[in-house]
Amino acid sequence: MLNSGQLKYVTITIFALLALFPPMTAAMDNAYLVPGISRILIYAVAAISLNLLVGYVGLVSLGHAAYLGIGAYVVAILSAHAAEGSTIFGLPGTAQALISVPLAVLTSGVVALVLGALSLRTSGIYFIMISLAFGQMVFFFTVSLERYGGDDGLFMYAGPNRLAWLDLSNEWLFFYLCLIVLAGFWLFCRHLVGSRFGRALGAIRQNEARMITLGCNTYLHKLAIYGIAGAGAGLAGALLANQASYVSPDLHHWTRSGELLFMVILGGTGTLGGPLLGAAAFLLMEEYLPVLFDALGLELLSEHWRIVFGPLLIIVMLFNRRGIYGLLARREGQ
Amino acid sequence: MLLFVEQLLNGIQLGVFLFLVSAGLTLIFGIMGVINLAHGSLYMIGAYTAATVMMASGSWLLSLLAAALAAALAGALIEFLLMRPLYRRDHLDQVLVTFGLILFVNEAVTMIWGRTPLFMDLPPLFSGTIEILPGIPYPVYRLAVIGLGLLSAVGLWLLISRTRVGMLIRAGSTNREMVGALGVNISALYTLLFAAGSVLAGIAGAFAGPLVSVQVGMGESVLILAFVVVVIGGIGSVRGALVGALLVGLVDTMGRAFLRDLFGLVLPPAEASGMGAALSSMSIYLLMALILVVRPRGLFPSAGTH
Repeated sequence: MLNSGQLKYVTITIFALLALFPPMTAAMDNAYLVPGISRILIYAVAAISLNLLVGYVGLVSLGHAAYLGIGAYVVAILSAHAAEGSTIFGLPGTAQALISVPLAVLTSGVVALVLGALSLRTSGIYFIMISLAFGQMVFFFTVSLERYGGDDGLFMYAGPNRLAWLDLSNEWLFFYLCLIVLAGFWLFCRHLVGSRFGRALGAIRQNEARMITLGCNTYLHKLAIYGIAGAGAGLAGALLANQASYVSPDLHHWTRSGELLFMVILGGTGTLGGPLLGAAAFLLMEEYLPVLFDALGLELLSEHWRIVFGPLLIIVMLFNRRGIYGLLARREGQ
Repeated sequence: MLLFVEQLLNGIQLGVFLFLVSAGLTLIFGIMGVINLAHGSLYMIGAYTAATVMMASGSWLLSLLAAALAAALAGALIEFLLMRPLYRRDHLDQVLVTFGLILFVNEAVTMIWGRTPLFMDLPPLFSGTIEILPGIPYPVYRLAVIGLGLLSAVGLWLLISRTRVGMLIRAGSTNREMVGALGVNISALYTLLFAAGSVLAGIAGAFAGPLVSVQVGMGESVLILAFVVVVIGGIGSVRGALVGALLVGLVDTMGRAFLRDLFGLVLPPAEASGMGAALSSMSIYLLMALILVVRPRGLFPSAGTH
């Protein structure tokens, strides 16, 4: 068990090791691993943003992937218009990440504020159902966008964006971009949850009625964090679009929201490190469970690995409620 | 006119399906306080069982019974193994455990029946069409589904408002501990209720069998619509589920049928088609948003639940 001072060093060590990862894989002739780790870093950003809602305010959102999808679609649509030389809302498209990524973040945040303003009128079970329903609304909206590929999704034929003059199709460069984004978002969230605003959110989670009585406008607090979390997911979505040069409604099918939620819980709610560990554990399991079953000679299971994955999720939920992070660290405040 | 009446009936028929699925969902949440994402899986189990039994035996009635039985067994098993430890947990745990269950059931169904969709024949008794109004033919089966669905709704209402079991269920929704203290085996009652909700979903699946392709994932699309229904109707209210289901069924069907033409009156065809497609696929969610603004706890908020 580690205390919070030791954890700080563990965190710094993990980030330092991550920074050394590409040269290490190159030295060991495993360079193909780099994009996989980039993917984990991106999903960690999405999971951390969801954890702002689930872990710090107690809002269980089952539609968070919608904002991931919106961020990704903004990048892809702008890139498509830039490639065609056509305009959208009277403005030209762009393949410049310095413009498209902030726009993606902004769009996700604004949509989150609009949908949040409606869904936060409710709480508890209603909120879960409504977040799921609005998530599906965004899903069906992108499916019906025939101009941008509809069901089939949209290829960014021009390839990933350029960041200033840098070409993001370089795997190493993209990896370090993801790492920097994750570290930046991490620091931002650390500052956020420690701030006066963050402490008010924690108090709302513990007892909302008490906060209302104390004169706190809990609705506005929840709406603000909902917008921030949506913008964070949009950031992750913008990176995902750049990594794959392809977006499709699959990105924000509701099962993706369930998976994000699972990453948060698997890692440990209400902690910053948890979602990173959860995203890593989830994506590695998804990648390597079939390989593992194959190696063990269980061919049927390697094709149908989800039949093990589902019960695994159930067992984690029933018996280990504090997640991987909870196994490593002491409860905060102890 | 012809198209309008046809689409009206289609909307009602979708509403009846949605009612069967959401009635179980709203009761289980309203009374037991658990959210069950796997409710759609029970619908899927019903559809697969019905299609298989229908193919093997050729008897529609038998397939319906088998679907009800399979869903009841699956429901009781889920309640006994997974739901009992979850009653006292928060909704987050319930969401994720039942999400894991969906992954499991979907994969198990893929292993048993494969990835190709099954197609179920119409029962001979209800095949063909009938002229509902002069010059407007309509499939008999769809009419039968509407009738049987409404019949189940009446049956459910009678069960809840007129029988002893129904009285205990209502009492349990108001105060679980008190009913238990009065000597009622509340665990057994819950298992029964969960199984009953499952049967409704399973029957809906069996009804849907000949109308849609029976495939993995069919449960989730219905589940999400059922959530919208429950939110609109008010959690825990069977009456709300009926009104909400018909509303959602009608708005969805009518939107898909007519929005495009409606936009065509004011917009050029290409834009009208795009707007129509986008808006019609979002119409029920916009309906939900609208109702939420006016009545955050649904049209028929039930008193006993929170």
